[in-house]
Amino acid sequence: MAGPRHISVSEASRPVLPRHAKLKYDETRKVWVILAPERVLAPDEIAVEVLQLCDGERNVGDVSDQLAAKYAAPREAILADVIVMLQDLADKGFLTEAREKTS
Amino acid sequence: MSDVLGNPTLPPDASDSLAVLEKSRSTAETFGIPLAVLLEITHRCPLQCPYCSNPVELDRSGKELTTEEWKKVLSELAEIGVLQVHFSGGEPTARKDLVELVKHASDVGLYTNLITSAVLLTRERLSELADAGLCHVQISFQGVEEGLADRVGGYRGGHRKKLEVAKWTRELDLPLTVNAVMHRQNLHQLPEIIQMSVDLDADRLEVANVQYYGWALKNRAALMPTVAQLDECTRIVEEARERLKGRLTIDYVVPDYYALRPKKCMGGWGRQFFNISPAGKVLPCHAAESITGLDFESVRSNHSIAWIWQNSDAFNRYRGTGWMKEPCKTCEFREIDFGGCRCQAFALTGDAANTDPACALSPLHETIFKQAEREAEGDTNRFIYRNFAGGTLESENGA
Repeated sequence: MAGPRHISVSEASRPVLPRHAKLKYDETRKVWVILAPERVLAPDEIAVEVLQLCDGERNVGDVSDQLAAKYAAPREAILADVIVMLQDLADKGFLTEAREKTS
Repeated sequence: MSDVLGNPTLPPDASDSLAVLEKSRSTAETFGIPLAVLLEITHRCPLQCPYCSNPVELDRSGKELTTEEWKKVLSELAEIGVLQVHFSGGEPTARKDLVELVKHASDVGLYTNLITSAVLLTRERLSELADAGLCHVQISFQGVEEGLADRVGGYRGGHRKKLEVAKWTRELDLPLTVNAVMHRQNLHQLPEIIQMSVDLDADRLEVANVQYYGWALKNRAALMPTVAQLDECTRIVEEARERLKGRLTIDYVVPDYYALRPKKCMGGWGRQFFNISPAGKVLPCHAAESITGLDFESVRSNHSIAWIWQNSDAFNRYRGTGWMKEPCKTCEFREIDFGGCRCQAFALTGDAANTDPACALSPLHETIFKQAEREAEGDTNRFIYRNFAGGTLESENGA
């Protein structure tokens, strides 16, 4: 089973797309999409970049560090934006949290 | 399968958009390939619901595409830019090769939805489907308790089995949609159906009022709700949507007889939707074969699916607005609803190019609305069950 259904995203969260939400580059339309049950979402460029970093290993803090370094932008502002974006996705049911590793 | 497949464009944060990416809202010359395609892989089904969306003339199993033919279709769909497929029917699990087809769809990169009555599934088979890459399961429910639900489906033990399969679906970590087709004889159970969906841990509930063509038109007198019932239904849905925000998404389809404006059926003919019938016909809507005089091309023909979508006569016949007669032709809403539903216009007026009588501007609207109201108040409750023999009337004491 995946993590709890309705998650609250924080700096320590290690979010990941659930198996039923698939991030994919649509070659025909030249856009990134998230495929979900009976839905196709169109994430913007920043959301795509964030989601590509959300592998269930990195936490939201790590993701923000990377983006802050890459864009030479203030970390706190980035962190706030990332949390809002991910929480929105979580509220729609398209985000889950990786469990603690058991091994 | 609901008709609300979303907006004609794919805006950022589209909340309900199995729609095509169109460059403009004009009567575009070319139409992009739909994001999602409905595959009716068989018309065989153990249930006999009196409002079945399949055509009255069902395809027999001997006409069905073979496993290899379906695989070729799936590869072709992925190649031309389709992103999602819905395995539907009839009952798709009646096909022995379903796991193989789902696996192939996943291998070529398609997102797979299963639209099922669930009664033929075992836990093992559902697990195999999940392993094959199935992404989402939608289970139809005919009511909230087995007395009524099994009577509507014409299948004893069906309701209990559906509850069991819904539980397995969530245990296998697959997202679940409950599809509830509503009509006069089960609308009183709506509050409990909503609660059942929450209890089953469903993500989505489709409250889909019956649309009256094909089998449902035959059964209209037994199914048509009253205006009062429908108003209550809308109130219940709105209240539940608010209360269950973030837990359960509720999609809502009203019966268009009681609307003043027709629905933008299929998002407009040939604009953002097609389906493939068991025998391989490429159709602008799952009821399209009810319109006589249209020649639908098959995937077994020499043409590609993309060619059929772009160029075939059946798709172009009612595309855009050029085909319209009055009152549609000069109507300010003509590019908003595209004159409603062509199948309904054909079934009720004999000409698919007429205004859908669901529209208040149709000269037939008043007559049809009054007739529906009379039927809704009547006491004809016996169903004509859907089957390959053209339908069987329910016996006096049920079933």
